[in-house]
Amino acid sequence: MARIAIDPITRIEGHLRIEVQVDGGAVSDAWASATMFRGVETILKGRDPREAWAITQRFCGVCTTVHAFTSVRAVENALGITVPNNARILRNIIEGIQFVQDHVIHFYHLHALDWVDIVSALDADPAATSDLAQAISDWPKSSTDYFTAVKAKLKAYVDSGQLGPFANAYWGHAAYKLPPEANLMAVAHYLEALDWQRDVIRAHALLGSKNPHLQTYLVGGMATPIDPTSQAAINADTIAMLKGYFKTAKDFVEKVYLQDLLAIAPFYLDWAGIGAGVGNYLAYGEYPDKDGVLYFPQGYILNKDLSKVYPLDHMQITEHVAHSWYEYADEKKGLHPWQGETTPKFTGPQPPYDFLNVDGKYTWMKAPRLDEHPMEVGPLARMLVAYASGQQDVVDTVNFVLGKLGAGPEALFSTLGRTAARCIETVLLANKLDEWVNELAANIAAGDVDVHEGSKWDPENWPAEAEGYGYIEAPRGALGHWIRIKDKKIENYQAVVPSTWNCSPRDAAGQQGPYEAALVGTPIADEKKPLEVLRTIHSFDPCIACGVHLLDVNGNEINQITFDAADTMSAPLIRLRPDK
Amino acid sequence: MINTSMQEAIRGRGLSRRDFLKFCSLMAGVLAIPKSYAKNIEIAMETAPRTPIIWLEFQDCAGNSEALLRASRPTVAELVLDVLSVDYHETIMAAAGNLAEEAKDAAIEKGGYILVVEGSIPTADNGVYCTIAGRSAVDILAHAAANSVAVIAAGACAAFGGLPAASPNPTGARSVMELVTDKPVLNLPGCPLNPVNLTATVVHFLTFGELPAMDDLHRPLFAYGARIHDNCPRRGHFDAGEFVRAWDDEGHRKGWCLYKMGCKGPVTFHNCPAVEYNDGTSWPIKAGHGCIACSEPDFWDLGLYNQADLQKFAPPSTYAPVQPPTQHIDPAAAGLIGAAARLVVGAAGAAAYRSLTKPDQPEGSDNAPAEKG
Repeated sequence: MARIAIDPITRIEGHLRIEVQVDGGAVSDAWASATMFRGVETILKGRDPREAWAITQRFCGVCTTVHAFTSVRAVENALGITVPNNARILRNIIEGIQFVQDHVIHFYHLHALDWVDIVSALDADPAATSDLAQAISDWPKSSTDYFTAVKAKLKAYVDSGQLGPFANAYWGHAAYKLPPEANLMAVAHYLEALDWQRDVIRAHALLGSKNPHLQTYLVGGMATPIDPTSQAAINADTIAMLKGYFKTAKDFVEKVYLQDLLAIAPFYLDWAGIGAGVGNYLAYGEYPDKDGVLYFPQGYILNKDLSKVYPLDHMQITEHVAHSWYEYADEKKGLHPWQGETTPKFTGPQPPYDFLNVDGKYTWMKAPRLDEHPMEVGPLARMLVAYASGQQDVVDTVNFVLGKLGAGPEALFSTLGRTAARCIETVLLANKLDEWVNELAANIAAGDVDVHEGSKWDPENWPAEAEGYGYIEAPRGALGHWIRIKDKKIENYQAVVPSTWNCSPRDAAGQQGPYEAALVGTPIADEKKPLEVLRTIHSFDPCIACGVHLLDVNGNEINQITFDAADTMSAPLIRLRPDK
Repeated sequence: MINTSMQEAIRGRGLSRRDFLKFCSLMAGVLAIPKSYAKNIEIAMETAPRTPIIWLEFQDCAGNSEALLRASRPTVAELVLDVLSVDYHETIMAAAGNLAEEAKDAAIEKGGYILVVEGSIPTADNGVYCTIAGRSAVDILAHAAANSVAVIAAGACAAFGGLPAASPNPTGARSVMELVTDKPVLNLPGCPLNPVNLTATVVHFLTFGELPAMDDLHRPLFAYGARIHDNCPRRGHFDAGEFVRAWDDEGHRKGWCLYKMGCKGPVTFHNCPAVEYNDGTSWPIKAGHGCIACSEPDFWDLGLYNQADLQKFAPPSTYAPVQPPTQHIDPAAAGLIGAAARLVVGAAGAAAYRSLTKPDQPEGSDNAPAEKG
């Protein structure tokens, strides 16, 4: 029996600490702690609502764009603005390539080294590696010479004695199962993906000036204009460049990412039975078409029951602080985000410390609950809600992958399932990108070049008070912003973020959050090298800076806000799927 | 083999000698030094070992780490594998927990590294607002700075406190240079920084053995020595009085000046117009949104859509002649054109220039908020 603290959890965004209790070679209990706090929402108070997107975008530089997007949706909802069709398409494209690029980075640069042993690649036979690569894909970089060169570079790097970011890892751990050739192939693709991600995200620069932190969102639309007769606007050349980037994106996703997943997963099928977690899945849905129908539908699933998708009512969302470093008057109950008393109060051990007091408060994350259920959000939740809703593209692609792995849908409720769902979603979106570009081109061809609805730009045209919300599916899951505007200024701003759901601590009833629940039962071969913990945690793709900012440091203004019961999250952008 | 030169290393990555020389002259360009210095850069990179880097993240959003991933001159793969030895960087490193901390401690003990810091450092309440491995950010920074050769503050938060330090600064967030006073600190502000400038700074250091010349805010002059306004491709439209007056209007589509929409180019020192972002693809003004002054301290308090206060700056004494109004120009802009045309008349031009920035100027449909925040 041993207590292990893993801090920092690396290869994530933000500062995350995991403590686990290990009994008999497996995790018997777990605690997730976010150890950094900024208090960004206070800064928003009193500011121009039109600039909230730029500030909230800085919640996170990895999920760049998603908070900006959610923020303008919230303000547009409050002011009753419908953006031009081109703006909707441009936002879909920007968000879509963000998903595709971010998921590939996650797989190769944040997650792969949990499954791929780089040192083992030094034992690979390049000819056999070439055979392997050509057997699974027609990706051109697959010759013996190519893998010989990759291996030589790797060897020279290791021989230099300066191992840089690859020093002190768990190389040689018994839980690594891939043969040397698969490891070498993965190392090659790790390096290729570094170049690929840089190239394809130039689409963000084309449509939004730069990445990370695009500078193109506007309340009412987009700041990058369209004009086929201008060099200073989106024109035919832009369309052609986008199509080029998205072909590059699709090729890599289909010929490398998907094939690597299908090649690696069979060595780790035991992980289809590990890491399930809370078994409840929530998706807000995303990618509206011109009629507002979402490509990935909204809803939630309870207890892994795919026979029923529940409609979402955001009034069921509460946040607990029984184990979070905040104060409520009554900490036995959760509060709706609009009613939250969010006074920060650190009660943990003073640094430097060895272990947290997990019987008390132990994290800067709150514990959001939906109808008192802890919910997992993210690619797996999206794919499960879509699968159970009968979204045909999702059903087909999920069944294709499950068929290749010889597994049933129950395999999805796992660490491996989470990693597979992320890839499935990437394949789907990589195919949608070109479709959206064509839709944009057709609009322009038909003479529609509008990107901004300006009638409400001038605050003089606003009501004295307004309130609204916006939400999105970020790469890491369901994200919502709530805003209240008074006298043309932000009176209150709240965000409930994907990693707040996933990284939540226990609530007042003692229910674990998704990370914590997923770790229980995880086998640990070597307590000094808890590689298995990283696998499950990384399968969620943690983004911690995003999650920790749900506060009003001054604490009290939020209490007074009430919203119309009819004013639910399922209002204008979302068309709910009927119950099954 | 520890002293593998960058030249060998870059060759090992499959780059040709020609590519390498191109890189060296490109770096000379970014650094704003004569092309003849490219030879010096080449020599320095051929002889230097891979310089150790320790990259710390505190109150950050990882935006600058993501920016590093977008580096193209050289690429991040070349930077991380060939040019530098990134011995600690939480977002990319394979090791975790105690073993990650041990790697950092070993690098610190060895010394001779450049310390890069991303994010501000919370100092309130004994540093409980950011801990890593149970230690406070304040403590970690002091420990890592002690043996460093130099410290680079990467991005707006590390350089000037950024968003966490904005009022009311609930966590007592501080910049690096407020806390590290016994080492050279170089600021690369920007939200996030442009990776080209990080690369160029490192190359400068390796070439000349010292940090590049800096302004009073510790920003290297090669990247922050000129006002965006002065190098803006849309400057001609400013001088001609051709302003975007509403989003998505004709001027916006034609690439006219964004000053009236709140562009902070006139008060911002940064090399965005010269180097752009994402491999020279674009930058904010080119894409149609004004500059937000992200390389300047306290830029979040300027108000995104407030007009920059030009009266702080002396106007130029002369202007190029301005074309008379033609039928191609929006009649609503005629008054403005008239104002701009007056600017050519010497000393009277200065007064007209100032009046151009006043909100009460008759400018037709201009509906940008003019009040100062």
